[in-house]
Amino acid sequence: MKVAVIRFPGSNCDQDALWSLRNSVGIEAEYVWHESDSLVGYEGVFLPGGFSYGDYLRCGAMAAQAPILSEVRRFADEGRPVIGACNGFQVLCESGILPGALLRNEKEKFVCKTVRLRTISRASAWTRDLPETLDIPIAHGEGRYIAEAATIQALEDSGRVAFRYEGDNPNGSLDSIAGILNRKGNVLGMMPHPERAANPVLGKTDGIAILRAFELVVA
Amino acid sequence: MGLRDSEFSLICDLMGREPTYTELGMFAVMWSEHCGYKYSRPILSYFSKYKEALEGEGLENAGIIDIGDGLGITMKIESHNHPSAVEPYQGAATGVGGIIRDIFTMGARPIALGNSLRFGPIRDGEADPAIVDRNHYLVRHVVEGIGGYGNCVGVPTVCGEVGFHRRYSGNPLVNAMCVGVVPLDSIATAGAAGPGNPVLYMGSATGKDGIHGATFASEELSEDSNDRRPNVQIGDPFAEKLLIEATLEALETGAVVAIQDMGAAGLTCSTIEMSSKGGVGMEIDLDKVPMRESDMTGYELMLSESQERMLAVAHLGREQEVIDVCRKWGVPVSVIGTVTDSKRVRVFRHGKLEADVDATLLTDHCPTYTTDLEEPEYYREAQAFRLDSVPIRGLEVLPQLLASPNIASKQWVYEQYDHEVQTQTAVGPGAGDAAVMALRGTQKGIAIKIDGNSRWVYFDPYVGGQLAVAEAARNVACTGAMPRAITDGLNYGSPEAPHVYWQFERSVKGIADAAEVLNTPVISGNVSFYNQSDLGEVPPTPLIGMVGVLEDASKRIRMDLPADEPLELLVVCYPVRYTKHEGLGASEYLAEIHGIENGLPVPPDMEGERHLCEFLVQASKQQLILCAHDVSDGGLAVCLAEMAIPNKVGIEFSTEQVFSVQHLRSDSKIYGEFPGMVVLGVQAGKLGPCMQLADSKNLQIYRCGYSGQAQVAFVLDGESVNLEQLALAYSRIIPENIEVL
Repeated sequence: MKVAVIRFPGSNCDQDALWSLRNSVGIEAEYVWHESDSLVGYEGVFLPGGFSYGDYLRCGAMAAQAPILSEVRRFADEGRPVIGACNGFQVLCESGILPGALLRNEKEKFVCKTVRLRTISRASAWTRDLPETLDIPIAHGEGRYIAEAATIQALEDSGRVAFRYEGDNPNGSLDSIAGILNRKGNVLGMMPHPERAANPVLGKTDGIAILRAFELVVA
Repeated sequence: MGLRDSEFSLICDLMGREPTYTELGMFAVMWSEHCGYKYSRPILSYFSKYKEALEGEGLENAGIIDIGDGLGITMKIESHNHPSAVEPYQGAATGVGGIIRDIFTMGARPIALGNSLRFGPIRDGEADPAIVDRNHYLVRHVVEGIGGYGNCVGVPTVCGEVGFHRRYSGNPLVNAMCVGVVPLDSIATAGAAGPGNPVLYMGSATGKDGIHGATFASEELSEDSNDRRPNVQIGDPFAEKLLIEATLEALETGAVVAIQDMGAAGLTCSTIEMSSKGGVGMEIDLDKVPMRESDMTGYELMLSESQERMLAVAHLGREQEVIDVCRKWGVPVSVIGTVTDSKRVRVFRHGKLEADVDATLLTDHCPTYTTDLEEPEYYREAQAFRLDSVPIRGLEVLPQLLASPNIASKQWVYEQYDHEVQTQTAVGPGAGDAAVMALRGTQKGIAIKIDGNSRWVYFDPYVGGQLAVAEAARNVACTGAMPRAITDGLNYGSPEAPHVYWQFERSVKGIADAAEVLNTPVISGNVSFYNQSDLGEVPPTPLIGMVGVLEDASKRIRMDLPADEPLELLVVCYPVRYTKHEGLGASEYLAEIHGIENGLPVPPDMEGERHLCEFLVQASKQQLILCAHDVSDGGLAVCLAEMAIPNKVGIEFSTEQVFSVQHLRSDSKIYGEFPGMVVLGVQAGKLGPCMQLADSKNLQIYRCGYSGQAQVAFVLDGESVNLEQLALAYSRIIPENIEVL
């Protein structure tokens, strides 16, 4: 399969996403520029982290209007694998592909550290084979997940909470939510960076299982 | 503008006429201490590479380290002290932006940032409450500024240090370091060439911010300095991120002849330096410069220090390739002039000639000055200092020492920096003696450290300079990397004061001599003078940025003792140098526990340091050691605590063999700051080869204890202290004092 790593101006985890897919997981991956309007030839999408458009309006808000997003939306609707990590998660929420929003961290500070995630839902191919817990880095200033009570309830009831933070809640997210799925289970948005935990030389490898799931979602 | 009368006369003589107002402004910035190195040049020639460069082709390519595999490393430190004193967020942020541009202007991709920060006291009672409050504000906003810029621009901040002393209250120090990687066959040059070639402006529009920033950096801070806030530039990391990508992509096209960032002194510095380096001239039409305000004068355009801008020369007829790349990335771009063969930079605004000057007059004729050296009284007093009246304390004061803000964990700081973006960080902040980057596309690793101890330098500048180099090298070697080169950040008070000039001269000599022995040349650097305010001058603070190379990044060594594996603890060192002050002179223990800042640090044996580095590199290569951490501020006790705390691993350790001299004070043994000493964590099966290797390097090696026992106690020389108590003392002091609750 071939994954499109979408590059917005200000994306800064685009190279990391590409490298981890190619070298840690062995999945073919290529950059696709935000102004492109076609994902023909690709089977999956990685919306990388960073500061698209400087995050100057609201995180992910400008990127959600980019031409390529209509294609990302098509992939989401057609059940193809889409993952958004960090800024990519913010883009998915801003574009309405996933519900809710990501606000400034409760402590109002950027936070970069490795956190422990607990896999909650097994309903999606993204999470079905993951271990109970994973150690994955976070690096964000605006990762506090919120949504209306009814939405949260619906996410919980329908097995769409993919991950929770185990132990300390690093950003004040509701119910310690670290990652969520869309209804079909093919779109995963998460604040932690699986691509940063995919290289034994760096001492972290728990993200590899998540990246590898690209192929499971396709099948 | 900061020029002296004699300098004005010299300018008139050189030009054969009085300069125009714009020309005068250009001379003022180019001849400021910040750009012209008026007081530092005579002393900087102690650095062999600097001397060679001045006599040869200039400094430019002196700054590349060949690491093999066709790759080069480039690095530099720059200070942003004065801007950060008056506008901490933007001052720190633009310091980061500026140093990143210094790296990618060479065609290198920036892979890591470091920083070294100094502030006044943050604990109540250590200064007037208003000053302590102000220091809290400065710490919070400088840290936020560094994070705000570095995180967004996508370059990880992987190492750094933060120190506190009352003499930094009026004038904090903010030094940023950047390291980049460049294929050796695609290093970019700043020397303009090819008369007729177009000159391109790339980057954000020019505004009225930061005018005369370089001049501001070259004078003392005073009560009026707050009025200088308009002199501080405003950073836009998003623009910088686009500029990095556009610049590197433009260089890849092959259409670019030369390129330089517009940092201090903006368009003036870039047009003048590129012309001078290339032995050519330029005609510049300022009307074509992208502007934020259309009413800007020629003077303002030439002197603005607006951020995120580059000046490039393209091959005639290929400028469109550069323009296309810039447009793709949304970077403003404009052809603003032409290279000429006149050697003169001629600048027009609204059709009027604003400046017409021989570029070399500004780059090569800046006068230099020296000041008489004067050994200060305090230096003689330090030599006469006696330890006799200092009571001996034991392990019971270790929690207090760990809670000294200078020693305490800086986790609160580095968690606000993205230290993992680019996914090359193999050892991040807090995990090792230096950061280690595992470079993509090669097995090699790069170790990076920035370090300095101003108390050592203050009391003995020559030895302090040597110690700074020795420690930075030792730190890099503790990760398994061979130290290769230095970039330095030299921060002092006014060079016009004889005792400051003495501190400067002696410490630079110490750095240069130490660098020579270790074969780690100083390849770049920055000098920041006039770091003083109403609250006094800063202590001399030379900072050493050291880079080392690991042949195999996967063999990097960390400092934290593992929880799951008991290890033998060894000390490897060269013969301990027993001096009058027994390792307690100018020590953190003396300052924090006894309130005494006096005495002399122990001088390093630089040959011994070299052997120690070689041992560490070999030991890592042969996988003989699991952990390594050097003895520094706070001595062996703090060193061991820092190894034990991360994974809460109990230890039992005795210094008996290390110090063979019977009469040595017991507090010297645990808190003495002896150079050339490293604690190792070694698996039992590796003991033999490890000790043999040390022997072969003429080093001493002692089995002193073990780690990883079931109990969580920290036992040193028979005394015991609770590990939880140590961990708490170490971790909470910074957030407790700085955090707004």
